[in-house]
Amino acid sequence: MDEIITLDYGSGGKKTSRLIEKLIVPALSNPALDALGDGAIIPGADTLAFSTDSFVVDPIFFPGGDIGKLSVCGTVNDLSMCGAVPEYLSCSFIIEEGLALEELERVVDSIRRAAEKAGVQVVTGDTKVVERGRGDRIYINTAGIGFVRYPGLSPKNIKDGDSVIVSGTVGDHGTAVMLARNGMMQGDIRSDCAALNGLCERILSLGAGVRVLRDPTRGGVATTLNEFVEGTALGIELDEDRIPVRPQVRSACDMLGLDPMYIANEGKLLAVVPAENAEAVLAAMRGCVEGRDAAVIGRVSAAYPGKLVMQTAFGGKRILQKLTGAQLPRIC
Amino acid sequence: MPSNDMRTGRLLAALEKLDTGEIRLMEVCGTHTMSIARSGLKSMLPEKIKLLSGPGCPVCVTPPEVIDAVLELAMEKDVIISTYGDMLRVPGSTPGDSLQRRRAMGAKVQMVYSPVDAVELARENPDKQVVFLGVGFETTAPGTAAAALTAMEQRVENFSLWSMLKTVEPALRALMAMPGFNVDGFICPGHVATIIGERGFRFLAEEYSMPAVIAGFEPEDILLAVYRLARQIADRSPKLENEYRRAVAENGNPLAQNMLRSCLEPRSDRWRGLGLIPDSGLGLAPALAGLDAEKRFGIKYEEKPKPTACRCGDVITGRICPEECPMFGRRCTPEEPVGPCMVSSEGACAAAYKYAVIRD
Repeated sequence: MDEIITLDYGSGGKKTSRLIEKLIVPALSNPALDALGDGAIIPGADTLAFSTDSFVVDPIFFPGGDIGKLSVCGTVNDLSMCGAVPEYLSCSFIIEEGLALEELERVVDSIRRAAEKAGVQVVTGDTKVVERGRGDRIYINTAGIGFVRYPGLSPKNIKDGDSVIVSGTVGDHGTAVMLARNGMMQGDIRSDCAALNGLCERILSLGAGVRVLRDPTRGGVATTLNEFVEGTALGIELDEDRIPVRPQVRSACDMLGLDPMYIANEGKLLAVVPAENAEAVLAAMRGCVEGRDAAVIGRVSAAYPGKLVMQTAFGGKRILQKLTGAQLPRIC
Repeated sequence: MPSNDMRTGRLLAALEKLDTGEIRLMEVCGTHTMSIARSGLKSMLPEKIKLLSGPGCPVCVTPPEVIDAVLELAMEKDVIISTYGDMLRVPGSTPGDSLQRRRAMGAKVQMVYSPVDAVELARENPDKQVVFLGVGFETTAPGTAAAALTAMEQRVENFSLWSMLKTVEPALRALMAMPGFNVDGFICPGHVATIIGERGFRFLAEEYSMPAVIAGFEPEDILLAVYRLARQIADRSPKLENEYRRAVAENGNPLAQNMLRSCLEPRSDRWRGLGLIPDSGLGLAPALAGLDAEKRFGIKYEEKPKPTACRCGDVITGRICPEECPMFGRRCTPEEPVGPCMVSSEGACAAAYKYAVIRD
């Protein structure tokens, strides 16, 4: 049976990693790419961070955001996680014939507002239109450039005893999109879609020795934390009852058979920091609207090398794997 | 919550003291399997107590020859297969071949959340045949029947139902009759019991002297059921207990039972791991006969299905634990599942893989 691409390859889980590591990176290998960060770090007079992301979310408008806002915040966040200050974006549209002009206007206006809020400029772009049925309303690609102000953030810096912090409630974006797509009762579940460059600046300017920052998008918190420790001599222990999840998100997930720990977030970050600085970082985060529900959710431990372990609220202990297979199709 | 913690602690301590020897308890519901896995309950239980997953995940008990027939029908030009998400990745007899793969190859496959959505899909696509794959036990059967009845009444003629619906009692009887059957008590499915009532599970103690407790789905419910089973075993007094009184009545839900009786009728059915079991499936009663997808499309099943290396059949009959399957976590992962237990969000293997237990 010939191997073909299925939706699983785009889920951000193991199959996506395999596609990148086995097919794409070997063919295009160079030091900046091989590092496989959220963005590439390009040395020079001013160290540049460069990143790109494509957005194919369905539906294009959802509670808490839309594809335009998402496409700005996604790239801004990727750059911010590299310790960079995002400055310039490119923006390319692939539009399916039949999209209402009014809808395109709304998307572009949303891009404008998101860019203004994040303090970035869209300086170049492209537009293509494809035949009806050859796309799904609108796809957007953005790329971004930023200047690295806080170099050296990497999972390699993580040390035994460090604290793991999440900047707020988990699972909001993916759940909101999922419910919107199926026209289900939304309640007040909204996407958390937000630019995090302000929050990152606040955290990093403390000089608190932050080891690594990452935004847990596709694959969710469980997948990102697994990436921090896999193949290393350290593991992460989480306390389930300290992980902030909105009750309405939890019940929607229960109903849909999903686990918030694997659901995409678009306005949250995970930070690993030295334990002695955790309170200071937490306080700084809570001073920002994007970080007001921040919480320490666990710690780095040598007891479980390479593993993410959850102390359940019930009192049990179990391992969390990376996401395997698509939990939700097309949420970003 | 401290009061809960204390209760949990007391139950665990009491469980430790009970003189049961090694015991094997089987949960017969995928939702229990998932709750056990997510709460890490197994890591807290005394080692003498082993929890096994039974044939309680509807996707997992669907045999490969049925999936093969579905995959074949999916390739028909004018057919849209509509089904719950879990069915998309279940492979047939060829590993990797699934509805998801067929969709990538051009088949029209639509994930739905309820049979009502499938009827709606048929209305929106009058030039297509919409086939709904009805999987589930007594819990989902009445809703599936009700949606089909609506389609019948409203003359949605391009809608059909492929019933893979099954009932729990015949499967448990078949399981207990299997050579080498080795289970000391059943945690009975609370959801099914809300429909068929306490009396639907009385046969376990009365005819088989098998300890049984109907349980709810919170980890506390399951722990209490485990404790009650252990106590029955220690006291050598097998009986049926109902831990889920807040939802389960003696006679169950008569309205749902009526819907079931008027629209569906027992027939022999194929189960993964258990084979053909008389009266264990629910076919369409004459009232719905016009909507029967198996008849409409002349579905035939391979009588001697290709042997596969998958041991899901042994897992759901309690002969092995997921981890004892040589493919578990190696050739068979949730991403590239060889068997349905690794696919379904309620599958024993998926639960064991996603939520592996750690004992300190």
